[in-house]
Amino acid sequence: MSIEISAKSITPVRLAYGNLERRFGDKKPASRYQEAVYDIQPTTNFQYRPLWDKNHDIYDVSKTAIVMEDWYSFADPRQYYYGSYTIARAKQQEVAEHNFAFVDKRDLFDAVPEAVKQAVRNILIPLRHVEWAANMNNCQITDECYGSNFSSVGMFNAMDRLGMAQYVTRIGLLLDGNEEATLDAAKQAWMEAPQWQGLRHAIEDMFVLDDWFELMVAQNFVLDGLIFPLLYDRFEKKLTQEGGSTIAMLTEFMDDWYKETVRWTNALAKVTAKESAENQALLSGWVAKWTDRLSVALEPIAIEAFGDDGANELVEVKAELLDRLAKQGVTV
Amino acid sequence: MPAKKLNLRKRYELLTRGMGWETTYQKMDDVFPYDSFEGIKITDWDKWEDPFRLTMDSYWKFQAEKEKKLYAVIDSFAQNNGQTNLACASYLSAIKLFITGVTPLEYGAHRGFAHLGRHFRGDGARIACQMQAIDELRHAQTQVHTISHYNKHFSGLHDPFHQFDRVWYLSVPKSFVEDAMSSGPFEFITSISFAFEYVLTNLLFVPFMSGAAYNGDMATVTFGFSAQSDESRHMTLGLEIIKFMLEQHEDNLPIIQRWMDKHFWRAYRLLALVAAMQDYMLTNSPMSWKEAWDVYFVENGGALFEDLSRYGLKMPKYHELATAESDHISHQVWSVFCSLGNATGFHTFLPTEEKMDWLSEKYPDTFDKYYRPRFEYWAEQKKAGTFEYQKGLPQLCQVCQIPMVFTEVQTDPMQISYRVTEHGGDKYHFCSDGCKDIFEFEPEKYVQAWLPVHQIYQGNCGGPTLPEVLDWYKFKPEDSGDYIGSKDYQRWQEWKGADKKVKQA
Repeated sequence: MSIEISAKSITPVRLAYGNLERRFGDKKPASRYQEAVYDIQPTTNFQYRPLWDKNHDIYDVSKTAIVMEDWYSFADPRQYYYGSYTIARAKQQEVAEHNFAFVDKRDLFDAVPEAVKQAVRNILIPLRHVEWAANMNNCQITDECYGSNFSSVGMFNAMDRLGMAQYVTRIGLLLDGNEEATLDAAKQAWMEAPQWQGLRHAIEDMFVLDDWFELMVAQNFVLDGLIFPLLYDRFEKKLTQEGGSTIAMLTEFMDDWYKETVRWTNALAKVTAKESAENQALLSGWVAKWTDRLSVALEPIAIEAFGDDGANELVEVKAELLDRLAKQGVTV
Repeated sequence: MPAKKLNLRKRYELLTRGMGWETTYQKMDDVFPYDSFEGIKITDWDKWEDPFRLTMDSYWKFQAEKEKKLYAVIDSFAQNNGQTNLACASYLSAIKLFITGVTPLEYGAHRGFAHLGRHFRGDGARIACQMQAIDELRHAQTQVHTISHYNKHFSGLHDPFHQFDRVWYLSVPKSFVEDAMSSGPFEFITSISFAFEYVLTNLLFVPFMSGAAYNGDMATVTFGFSAQSDESRHMTLGLEIIKFMLEQHEDNLPIIQRWMDKHFWRAYRLLALVAAMQDYMLTNSPMSWKEAWDVYFVENGGALFEDLSRYGLKMPKYHELATAESDHISHQVWSVFCSLGNATGFHTFLPTEEKMDWLSEKYPDTFDKYYRPRFEYWAEQKKAGTFEYQKGLPQLCQVCQIPMVFTEVQTDPMQISYRVTEHGGDKYHFCSDGCKDIFEFEPEKYVQAWLPVHQIYQGNCGGPTLPEVLDWYKFKPEDSGDYIGSKDYQRWQEWKGADKKVKQA
């Protein structure tokens, strides 16, 4: 049986903002996602050119070689706007907080073999610098991109990366009873140890890329597409087998985050490649360039992580990445 | 071994500092190319004190709680037709001005702070800017959501972002934010975080949000409360950045003083639209513009600058004029809107007797003497059916882009304040010495201005006739003109019952 509360009903004069009616028709109300990300960015009649870049308008489609008839062709399959984004992350951080507290309270690290702890120090903790760089790069994308759908997704991604850099930092602190030795050693390795220099060099080169879409490809398609499967997935499974399941509890956030992120990077690859043969060629070229460069850079880290299997693990991860991108229409 | 306890400060430091590094494969100056050309000298970025120590996990947690509450209220407002509880539908002119003129500024701030969040060399400053960048995105998005329900029931709210790029009076906020965004990062943060967010934000926020509370607008006032804690973080950042720059090097002072003078005046001119909103659009006004100016600028601002005087920073140039103008600008700007009411995206209306009495009380030195006669004259014309909107387009100030309506309040309040300068063989016109000074310091910037009136005359705005221009703006016929008799008015009468006289009628 249902009960019905009578409420006064007033017929609306329209169901959505004009920009959304023009995009999606005027027959049904727009979603919160649509209202929040479509067409907010100014597109024309700019008042002044930036003092530091007289060749571009404040928002300018020519800041990338990618050409889109409509920059709002891309939609985030997660439908994230600020509210849905923060609510989703708040849930995840609650789980993470619980896991960190649990590991701390039960002294779970005491049961982790020293060799596993050392592997975490050597391989996972330096990734706080990689996440920090990913934060900068996504902030750069938010700054330079065209369209409020892109700036929204870029901003959320940037803040996610800061959050993950902070989680990695907390693992480092937990390992050492809140001493900074692990963090200091990881930074030193990042700055000086030969196995990290290829990656650091590539990342510093990414910092100065001119084209924000190339940066999107290098960072969010390729580097993440290699590092997360290789280190947060495969390497963690190896650590678990060696008695380090505690670590997996502490990186659950990263694991979930990557599975979620692949959804929008796939969607973005697909819609951009489908637009034109020229876009397809640009994306393929960038994917090839950065996959080559970054897989070479990651090889010494893979070898340190997996020993003799390292090179092979990396080859497999790279093949999976290229295969996944090929399914979106980006073939190398 | 039990873990040692980390104090919050140390913990925060480890979670925000030391993750960045001095690059060696690329030069730091290439990685951070924009933080030196303005001449601001930073000797030690580590001296930056984070004004709020928020790590991302707690940011997500706090903000998600706020979002849940906000959306619960918005949903309930829509479900229960909260729009029928407004003091009067004419109040919505304020909301129309807000979503077309203010919400896009939030978005601009989002992008501007993302620029700083990437390009400041100091890690701590970058994070603070990123937090503000995402907050500003929040404000843009939640405002669109909050006002969405009104759009379903009223005119003039359907195309805010299309209009922001085109409409004659919206070039005032557009040129303001694009001025800051096209400046270097230190000038941007001085403009937005200090001049606007710290010195003047109460004059934007309080009129709109208290106005909402006084007029039954539960949706907007809930947004206001929800954004309040973000705003206090932003204000703290504004003060921190100014002190940081001033403490870093003595050479920074004259640069900052000039930016302060410029962006105070820029922001103050923008607030003239808010003044008109506050004194005229609100059915019930919580306080007059002049009262707000006295409290938030003269008293609070005065105390702030007294505090900053130990760094050598002085009150912004022309602040005395701004205070003298506080008796006039709301009346002058509302007069412009009323005389061009056939070309505004919100309804205009002459003040009721009751409203005029309130204005006389709040403006004893000026309203009855200068402005009441004008409104009474127009009211008579309307009654007789002889009222006509102004023909032809007003001349705009080259910098603030407001029509030339401000007067010489310190000498002759009936005399239009009019300044002119020559550059590159052309004449440029200004509403004030403040705007003229801004132009003369950076003429090559301000000659680029996209002045709506010039653009209309040059044929870049849909066509030579008013209907063509309005069509290009995507103004629908029912969006403009008098509130009385409008579709909004008719709808309001239906809801409230014809027998219950609405306040504006």
